[in-house]
Amino acid sequence: MDTALLLLADSRLPAGGHAHSGGLEPAVSAGAVRDVAGLAAFLRGRLATSGLVAASLAAAACAHAARDEADGGADGAGWVVLDAEADARTPSPAQRAASRAQGRSLLRAARSTWPHPALAALPGDAHHPVVLGAATAAARGTPRDAASITAYGAVTGPASAAVRLLGLDPLSVHRALADLARAVDAVADEAAAHATGPWRDLPAASAPVLDLYAELHIRADLRLFES
Amino acid sequence: MTRRYTARAAVTATCGADGRTRLPRLRSDGPLALRETAPLDGATVYLVGAAAGPLGGDDLELELLVEAGARLTVRSAATTLALPGDGASRMTVRAEVGPGAHLDFAPEPTVAAAGCHHRAAADIALRGGATLRWYEELVLGRHREQPGRHTSRFDVTIDGVPLLRHELRLDDPAVYGSRAVLGDARAAGSVLLAGPGLTREPHTADGLAVLPLAGPGVLVTALAADSATLRRRLARGEELASRPEPAGSVGPGRYDARVTL
Repeated sequence: MDTALLLLADSRLPAGGHAHSGGLEPAVSAGAVRDVAGLAAFLRGRLATSGLVAASLAAAACAHAARDEADGGADGAGWVVLDAEADARTPSPAQRAASRAQGRSLLRAARSTWPHPALAALPGDAHHPVVLGAATAAARGTPRDAASITAYGAVTGPASAAVRLLGLDPLSVHRALADLARAVDAVADEAAAHATGPWRDLPAASAPVLDLYAELHIRADLRLFES
Repeated sequence: MTRRYTARAAVTATCGADGRTRLPRLRSDGPLALRETAPLDGATVYLVGAAAGPLGGDDLELELLVEAGARLTVRSAATTLALPGDGASRMTVRAEVGPGAHLDFAPEPTVAAAGCHHRAAADIALRGGATLRWYEELVLGRHREQPGRHTSRFDVTIDGVPLLRHELRLDDPAVYGSRAVLGDARAAGSVLLAGPGLTREPHTADGLAVLPLAGPGVLVTALAADSATLRRRLARGEELASRPEPAGSVGPGRYDARVTL
């Protein structure tokens, strides 16, 4: 277990992740999630769709950063192409904005924590999974590590938000997360398997309800989380 | 006895000197029978089912070449019913739409019948100002039937740059039945419009999202309890998507405060 990677996966990393609920807040507002069982079902769907897509982009970004470093370059053009692949998999404008906001915060934290040519070459407003993948490479992790950290964050972020929004019992929520552990690992495996293939073939699993929630949420009058 | 089809059908549309679209190639194959009909917009081709299915084991491919300036409309005569059989069935559409050309692809719905294992894929390359309307409806099972497995993948590029890469995976009910994915919807659909003059404002309503993409396109997605409601929602979404509005005209009234799924 590598301490640098634990730091990157830790929700206490000062990268602004606590401001985002991953679509959970609008799901709670709509009455779609009311209890731990509802949360577990929501997380399973999120993990297999946007979680898988994010983990795949992160694994590809990590592989690209390592390859680019080995080539001695700082391939700005490659990052623009991968970022466009993230855009094409994110039809909701609200989700694109949330992903870029989280990417900006993470890039700031990662650049000061693990200086690396890939982090220097990244555009300042790159998508969150792309930054997370590059940061994993900077912290000397593998594409599988990047996928794992991303898939883990895809369920733990909304789970923490649920504890705050619904006053759920934190022990029960952690039990639900533990029950999802094998599914998280399976998503990380699937994502990592695509890391060195053509970017156009990366998974693009959609979640139509999450897209709709993201747009509703950004226009809600009262909200605790940005997304 | 099992029956397996491997079929490769193709259409080429060209634009003549008189500005009219012609079809120098219209190749039917096996269950993919193509008929040219009276033109709706440019040339119009109907897919008429020459066999039931697709059944598991079938591998069907349709190639559409719409050359510079041509306009091609593709429809189907009937619903596609994906049925079980010997392994997975596949239906792949590959389209290239040349400079200034237009493709309007809107077949009748696909129904994922119990026990099916169907993979649909569409790969569309737009070039030099080509425009696109791509319409899809999926019904999860026949009446009171649990659907089989159905996965679809949709890739659209403009001059090589990805506009949309979008999959819908109905292989695990614990995933697609999640309140994050489809919830208890029995029908799901989308319309992609690509080209200039579309809205840049997102819209939402009951089971409907109108999503302006990062590139020049708008994706309309809808969910519903039945196919008639789905079609109404998609029509409403398409109307909103194709209506460009002046900047700064967004009012709170456009967003329904309460949305049910």
